[in-house]
Amino acid sequence: MNFGFTEEQELLRDQVSRFMTEQCPMAKVRELMATDNGFDQGLWQQAADLGWLGLTVPEAYGGLGLGWIDLTVVLEETARGLCPLPIASQAHSVAAILRCGSEVQKSNWLPTMASGEAVFTIGLYDEPNWIDPQAITLEATPSDGGYTVSGTKPFVPHAQAADYLLLAARCADKLGLVALERGQVTISNQPQMDRTKPMGRVTLDNLTVAEENFLPMSEEDLSYLTDIGAVLVTAEMVGAAEAALYMTSDYAKERIQFGKPIGQYQGVKHRLADLYVDVESFKSLLYYAAWAADEAPDELPRAISLAKGYASDAFAELGIDGIGLHGAIGFTAEYDVQLYLKRSKWARPIFGDSDYHLERVATLGGL
Amino acid sequence: MDFDYTPEEQAFREEVRTFLKDNLPPKEARDPGFLKTWLERVREKGWVGFSWPKEFGGGSGGLIEQAILREEMALAKAPPLGTSFMGLAWVGPGIMQYGTQEQKQRFIPDILDSKVTWCTGYSEPNHGSDLAAIQCKAVRDGDHYVVNGQKIWTTGAPFSQWIILLVRTDFDVEVKHQGITCLLVPMDAPGLEVRPIENMAGDRHFAEVFFTDVKVPVENRLGDEGDGWKVTVSALANERSSIGEVTQMFAKLDTLKGLVRNSKKQGRPASEDPKVRRQIAQFEAKIAAMKYNGLRYLTKQIKGEPLSSETSVNKLHRASLEIEMDDFAVELGGTAGVALAGSEEAVDEGSWAKSSLSWPNVVIGGGTPNIQRNIIAERILGQPKD
Ligand SMILES: Cc1cc2nc3c(=O)[nH]c(=O)nc-3n(C[C@H](O)[C@H](O)[C@H](O)COP(=O)(O)OP(=O)(O)OC[C@H]3O[C@@H](n4cnc5c(N)ncnc54)[C@H](O)[C@@H]3O)c2cc1C
Repeated sequence: MNFGFTEEQELLRDQVSRFMTEQCPMAKVRELMATDNGFDQGLWQQAADLGWLGLTVPEAYGGLGLGWIDLTVVLEETARGLCPLPIASQAHSVAAILRCGSEVQKSNWLPTMASGEAVFTIGLYDEPNWIDPQAITLEATPSDGGYTVSGTKPFVPHAQAADYLLLAARCADKLGLVALERGQVTISNQPQMDRTKPMGRVTLDNLTVAEENFLPMSEEDLSYLTDIGAVLVTAEMVGAAEAALYMTSDYAKERIQFGKPIGQYQGVKHRLADLYVDVESFKSLLYYAAWAADEAPDELPRAISLAKGYASDAFAELGIDGIGLHGAIGFTAEYDVQLYLKRSKWARPIFGDSDYHLERVATLGGL
Repeated sequence: MDFDYTPEEQAFREEVRTFLKDNLPPKEARDPGFLKTWLERVREKGWVGFSWPKEFGGGSGGLIEQAILREEMALAKAPPLGTSFMGLAWVGPGIMQYGTQEQKQRFIPDILDSKVTWCTGYSEPNHGSDLAAIQCKAVRDGDHYVVNGQKIWTTGAPFSQWIILLVRTDFDVEVKHQGITCLLVPMDAPGLEVRPIENMAGDRHFAEVFFTDVKVPVENRLGDEGDGWKVTVSALANERSSIGEVTQMFAKLDTLKGLVRNSKKQGRPASEDPKVRRQIAQFEAKIAAMKYNGLRYLTKQIKGEPLSSETSVNKLHRASLEIEMDDFAVELGGTAGVALAGSEEAVDEGSWAKSSLSWPNVVIGGGTPNIQRNIIAERILGQPKD
């Protein structure tokens, strides 16, 4: 038994943490938030050069061939500083290609993804609050040697920064992912609360997709990719939640009211302690889920549903209390804690909210 | 116990309804001059400052009638009865109670006529919950005070003409509540500078207000020197029943139910989801509790019994509802719930998302929940102070 990180993983954590402090501090994040795509080529290339983009790409395709648990380390640390780079959606796309792609597709795409040359993103569901194969409504109709696709994919993460998009579509009663170049589609901004997670509304107008750009996706594949998506988002929730918690806790040590640091009042202190209990707990659940994704795939559905089910509610509460415990200063645009509230609201429904995941836990648990 | 209204009270309710029928056109049919006409009409009725004495231009109305008026106005989603919100809520009552004859004549009519907007300069960077410890300083110099210091979170400062200001005139006091004085200051006074602050929802309602050698004539002092705490605390206690607020919350709950009826969750009608149903019912229970709490406290007031700190109960309910109702709507919408105005998918044009980022207006703005909890525990239950 060893439920801890290896020395290499700790070094990786330090490396990402240093990158965030030196290259992507909050001032930089805010600068990127003000742009449409939140993207920075220089930072992206650094992330690629450090190996993070190819972390889960097998060595045969130019990556490091590491696991989801290693990526979890990266995402926890980048999300601590709300890094807007599309590292999670790149990794999610890697998972989709590894799972659903042909040998040709893998060798065409994966190396360019690991090297950072190609930015990929993936859009699964068309319904904003429904995790089910039926919630994929974008239609692909067979045509000469390929498919014709028309419709919209409303919430595609980082669509504006992507060179390639993998969009889930339905072809009669089968599912698949169509791989498209950015130039083939129309992307409009999808304004929403969390500007560190830009989303695009992708419109496809009678597009012809060749067979070689189609990845068949079974319902099991979809379920797996949803779970992997949830692992990635929850890893980011852990880092972001911890940052918000410590930001608030640090403030409570310094802020004096009635002659004492507010952290001395149990109304503040005990609340902080409860929040800590929550963050610790969904963090452990997430680590277990990330381990399961690598080593015990049969365990993944239950493991990730426990983690995301817990984290979705707990982080949302922390987002609110983080501001409440700061008082008025926490409400200002200038102060960072509010950005974490917005992240908590963004992350909650993505790849299933607590209702979805806890219901699944009950079902998988035999009820 | 009697929940019936007297024939006179019933008649008053009818009068309000008839007035609303005649004077409140549907939103689409309102012309640009509507608000001005509306404010004049309600003013003519004596409904602005409804419970204020007639001699000051108020309506001398009773507390029950006032509750009825507020309830009907909220039900009809009518515009406010005046635009000087803080003027009507506490500055006016404070002036009527502690002001000189000259101050009453000078300030009250403009509040009632919505000519002047007031803002409230209490909080300072280092003194929010611990308001009595304020440091903004005023030194008497002949026939005026010279004010130096800073206020913050002053709602409405960027568009108000006057500020009700708490300053410290005496630093050598045994208890911090002493030595505080209340001044009424025009926002265009030389040396007064306003710097708006943007909040997380993107609005710029509140501001920092800086005072550098601002001269305030002594005749602008409200109450005696050193009595500022009493003057403002009793003015705050003037916030009467929260019945209108409760009606607004019922209206919001109705809108929320409409959203539930039109929403799906995991592909099924949200209204069939047991958790959704339970949550909506819990909101309703809390709002109803606020209503009947409010009526009990109102009854006490009418009987002339002192209200101690019971209103903190409703303040705590209000705070949690303020956070939870919008957040519930946002969660229900899934990713479309976090979408903002400008998104085709946004739920109700992003209005829930936007208001789910605005709860600190209520939850922090009027004193934080922890402070309300302290009030209940210490003043009502007699627990020792921290
Ligand atoms: C939208 C908005 C509008 C406002 N408008 C105005 C205005 O118009 N005029 C004005 O003067 N002020 C205004 N305020 C300021 C408001 O009154 C203060 O924010 C509030 O009193 C809290 O003070 P603070 O922000 O300094 O927080 P702090 O007092 O620093 O409190 C920080 C945290 O510590 C907790 N805390 C503090 N003391 C204790 C204790 N003893 N026990 C347990 N917990 C404690 C608080 O509950 C809070 O969670 C506004 C604030 C907001 C957010």
